[in-house]
Amino acid sequence: MSKASEFSVLLLVLIGVLVLMSLLNGSNFLSLNNFQSMAFQMPELGILSLAMMITMLTSGINLSIIATANLAGIIMAMIMTSGIAPETTGPGGVGLVLIAIIAGLFVSTLVGVLNGALIAFVDMSPILATLGTMIMVSGIAIVLTKGYVISGFPVAMQVIGNGNVGGIPVPILIFLACASIMGVILQHTPLGMRIYLIGSNPVACHYSGVNNRSVILRTYLISGLYSGIASVVMISRFNSAKADYGESYLLLTVLASVLGGVSAAGGFGRVSGLVLALIILQMISSGLNLMGVSNFLTIALWGMVLIFVMVVKYLIERYQERRYMT
Amino acid sequence: MKKIFSYHETYVLIAVVILSIVITLVNPDFLTLENLFGLLRSYALMGTFAVGVLFVLISGGIDISFTAIATITGYTVAVLLLKAGDKLNIVLIFLIAGLIGVALGMINAAIIYFFRIPSIITTIATMNIYYGILTVLSQGKWLYGFPQWFSDFAEINVFTLTNRGGTPYGFSLITLIWFAAMLLGWFILRYTIIGRSVYAMGGNMASAHRAGFNLMGLHLFVYSSMGFMAGIASVIQALLVQTVAPNALVGKELDVIAAVVLGGASLSGGTGSMFGTFLGVSLIAILGNGLTLMHVPSFWYKVFIGLTILLSVGASTYRRRLFSRQRVIIEEEVR
Amino acid sequence: MAEPFLTLKNVSKHYAGVTALDNVNFEIFKGEIHCLVGENGSGKSTMIKIIAGTVPPDPGAIIQIEGQTVHGFHAIDAIHRGIQVIYQDLSLFPNLTVAENIALGQFVAAGSKMINWKELRQIAERAMARINIRLPLDALVGEISIADQQLVAICRALVHGVKLLIMDEPTASLTRKEVNALLSVALDMRSKGISIIFVSHKLNEVLQIADRVSVIRDGKIVGTYPSTELNTEKLTHLMTGKKLEYKPFVRIVNQEKPVLEVHQLSKRSQYRDISFKLYPGEILGITGLLGSGRTELALSLFGVTSPDSGEILFEGQPVKFRSNRDAMGMGIGYVPEDRLVQGLIMNQSVGKNIAITTLDNLVNHFGLIDRNKLRNTIHRWVENLAIKVPSVESPVQTLSGGNQQRVVLSKWIATNPKVLILDGPTIGIDVAAKFAIHEIIRNLVKQGIAIILISDEIPEVLNNANRVLVMHKGRLVAEFDPSNTSPDELQNFMDTIE
Repeated sequence: MSKASEFSVLLLVLIGVLVLMSLLNGSNFLSLNNFQSMAFQMPELGILSLAMMITMLTSGINLSIIATANLAGIIMAMIMTSGIAPETTGPGGVGLVLIAIIAGLFVSTLVGVLNGALIAFVDMSPILATLGTMIMVSGIAIVLTKGYVISGFPVAMQVIGNGNVGGIPVPILIFLACASIMGVILQHTPLGMRIYLIGSNPVACHYSGVNNRSVILRTYLISGLYSGIASVVMISRFNSAKADYGESYLLLTVLASVLGGVSAAGGFGRVSGLVLALIILQMISSGLNLMGVSNFLTIALWGMVLIFVMVVKYLIERYQERRYMT
Repeated sequence: MKKIFSYHETYVLIAVVILSIVITLVNPDFLTLENLFGLLRSYALMGTFAVGVLFVLISGGIDISFTAIATITGYTVAVLLLKAGDKLNIVLIFLIAGLIGVALGMINAAIIYFFRIPSIITTIATMNIYYGILTVLSQGKWLYGFPQWFSDFAEINVFTLTNRGGTPYGFSLITLIWFAAMLLGWFILRYTIIGRSVYAMGGNMASAHRAGFNLMGLHLFVYSSMGFMAGIASVIQALLVQTVAPNALVGKELDVIAAVVLGGASLSGGTGSMFGTFLGVSLIAILGNGLTLMHVPSFWYKVFIGLTILLSVGASTYRRRLFSRQRVIIEEEVR
Repeated sequence: MAEPFLTLKNVSKHYAGVTALDNVNFEIFKGEIHCLVGENGSGKSTMIKIIAGTVPPDPGAIIQIEGQTVHGFHAIDAIHRGIQVIYQDLSLFPNLTVAENIALGQFVAAGSKMINWKELRQIAERAMARINIRLPLDALVGEISIADQQLVAICRALVHGVKLLIMDEPTASLTRKEVNALLSVALDMRSKGISIIFVSHKLNEVLQIADRVSVIRDGKIVGTYPSTELNTEKLTHLMTGKKLEYKPFVRIVNQEKPVLEVHQLSKRSQYRDISFKLYPGEILGITGLLGSGRTELALSLFGVTSPDSGEILFEGQPVKFRSNRDAMGMGIGYVPEDRLVQGLIMNQSVGKNIAITTLDNLVNHFGLIDRNKLRNTIHRWVENLAIKVPSVESPVQTLSGGNQQRVVLSKWIATNPKVLILDGPTIGIDVAAKFAIHEIIRNLVKQGIAIILISDEIPEVLNNANRVLVMHKGRLVAEFDPSNTSPDELQNFMDTIE
């Protein structure tokens, strides 16, 4: 399917879902309150989906994004609750928060680099490499927290997750910034173009002088960095960090990517599609929530939506093939 | 002689032996029959899952929905036990669980085969569908209080010995069930046409198609075998802990897959053996047991498992690269 | 012997607006070796697919096997009637043993449930004995040579009681010795009454083994001839409908300073003691049979592999390439033999395939790609090399072979190379496009670029190169001057090297 038509299809689906959810929920859905609360929830999933998407573009996958985010969150939480009086570092503890965030992002990026190195230099398959790091990283998280929750962050941190700028929640702004930056990287830099090309045919890329290893390394580095950014938003919203937050997000990030047009085999997919897909998913989620549908049923629904979307894509491809053949 | 070292299984065996020696040096209690029998019993769950996972990996696919399938089969069987426990026997329980697992596995196979959806995506989806629906229907309730015969069965030993303190211990019947599952799997893979066909399909699906292999049948077979093993495993779990909880198993699927891959199966299909899988599970089991016996706090467990996976898979990938023929170019590893 | 095994009458095949086959009539006798020759896109593969039953012909076609007309012909029917195809990729299972690859299908077809390993080995051994070969039964097929894999594929066909064996480009990856071994196996099968259809573009091999040759062009059978009445020139003429007229090419080469110099370059089991000089504006031809080490040498010159010993001097300076990126940095480019996998990214756009080598030159101060520059660059190359494409966004796989090669060439010319290595640049490309590519190459050297032209088509090297080097078993064994060497002379030399 061409880029333009995929985008229009998603747009239509979005409008359709908007109408459906409004009809089912009436004024509850269309209220500013509801939109604001959606705007608070979506960003962490959105940033995580971006982290997943970039690896899928290279025909890989990153199973460790949630674990990485949790570890980063724990590191940040530990620093912020380390006993240093936050006020001494600036208003609302901003200095302490800044140090914590830098540390958290550093750790998450490090995990990303580890993944990238295993895949690019040791030649491990992405599923196995990120599976291994996922287990190891969540193990480290458990060791650090002994299973407990770390909570109670300085005001400066809480503002990130709960504040707004001119009515727009801060998390949304962070997400939009992340999405824009990734969009620019993918569409307007040599790195981005090489990511797509490697996803389709790494051999030809190598012969054409592309430094495959460097591209893969940077891909997973970015994926790790974004996991860390997602964590900042996540723990500030919850005002706490734990070893196993957000485990059901993994499916959703894959679903959002696939729905947004990322090819399962790599090489194709745009950030704009992903953003639309996320909005659609968030609206469905809120709508179901307002209707009182249990969380677990929603999860089952996601599974069905993912299969449904893949089936539709398959049928469309078959239809197009038939038209060419006859 | 040199050929032995070209097998992946050899290296895992060496790793198991070395690890066992190290642990025994720190704590001699490791190498006792009592400890080992107990270890085998507690890993019968993972081991049985691993048999099914091996089939799927050899065929070139992957399945992460099996813990969700096991949760459904386990819960159904538990409900039956509580409602009509006296009219049932153990064979029936295993059978019911196994058949439900087969049905759910077939759904996986159908989606993967008929709609050409990659198995990783399909099973991520079905895992959430199965788990979500079960949790809603079960309302998160834990089930326990099974009939006496059910808890008695869990205690049966094939043969019993007594330790120095006078307490009896033995080779559990549950372990035997796991071994029987492995034996069955080994036999199928080695001596039946369908078993060899699974290898063929995993080796080159296009060639298998051209050569007239029944790909649809093979898909159904492989994923329903996984479902069957998941069913059996769920009963084993119920026997071991005498409770069934909706959230007990989900989350452990990647550990099992890691164990099977450790044992020599490849994610791209076509390779793997039952002996290797047994070694892989053993390695994980010994690692966990060793950490406990060496008084390492339990939260380090995951760290070590993760490290082990990375090191061993990394080493075997590296070795494969060195061994591959002198053909010059970077191979087209379309992942 | 003069009994037809398979007859095709009025066989046509149309796809959306494209005629793949147009009223084909064809016949092969029992125990005959019949070669099918034609250019890429001539309809060869469609014809094979129809014979194998994997594609149905248009209504009105008549297919007769052993005198009987067959209806509703499917692949499984073909197999039952003894028709087996060995495709170019051999369709084997690399993770199973030789014995299993040969005999497993037999058990599957018989509907057995269990494997009898002893019987399996016996079946495999019997098949091998039928054509007098011995292969290690327990070796994994993925680990044996391509030539041996081919033999495994043939044994497998024998096990299924093959009566008509179709082989698609079987000698494409074989050395001379292996080719001879394969051809003698084919002759052996013929003496046992098995018919063979050989699809090949290696005309001298075709003439060596065929009883009759059918030439297919633009979906029609141009004619069927006994091989004794043919030679390569006639065949080429029939295949292309044109007389191959090479324009004489007068080149002036500045012999002062070589741009590339190679001294005693060696790499174990690939090439040995290679020494030559390459001058700017020169086309140096390298020819030799498969397995002679040409491509291996090229890969070392391009930096993908590194030699064990010897020296490479670029513009007088000794160089050691750690990767092909180093070589590219010096100004060396490489157009690979395997266009589809190594040369192009098939499902990506023409534009991306052209830009891939020069992305770093197209950025602005912020490190972002200058879209205008990108667009202009791509369009410039499309124009310069006359690449026929509806839009630069079209995936490269929608282009013809000749146009695809132009995309590959443009991405390399865009790097402003000083040396360009072309490995089999016109393989699988029809005649008109071939000449066009030669024109492009000749224009390049006018600008002072040095070209190494590796090819196993003797007319191609003789008509374009200043000098022709011959490689054999990894060594440089001869140098020829095209201005006083005839194609037959060179062909003779290659046929008789030992």
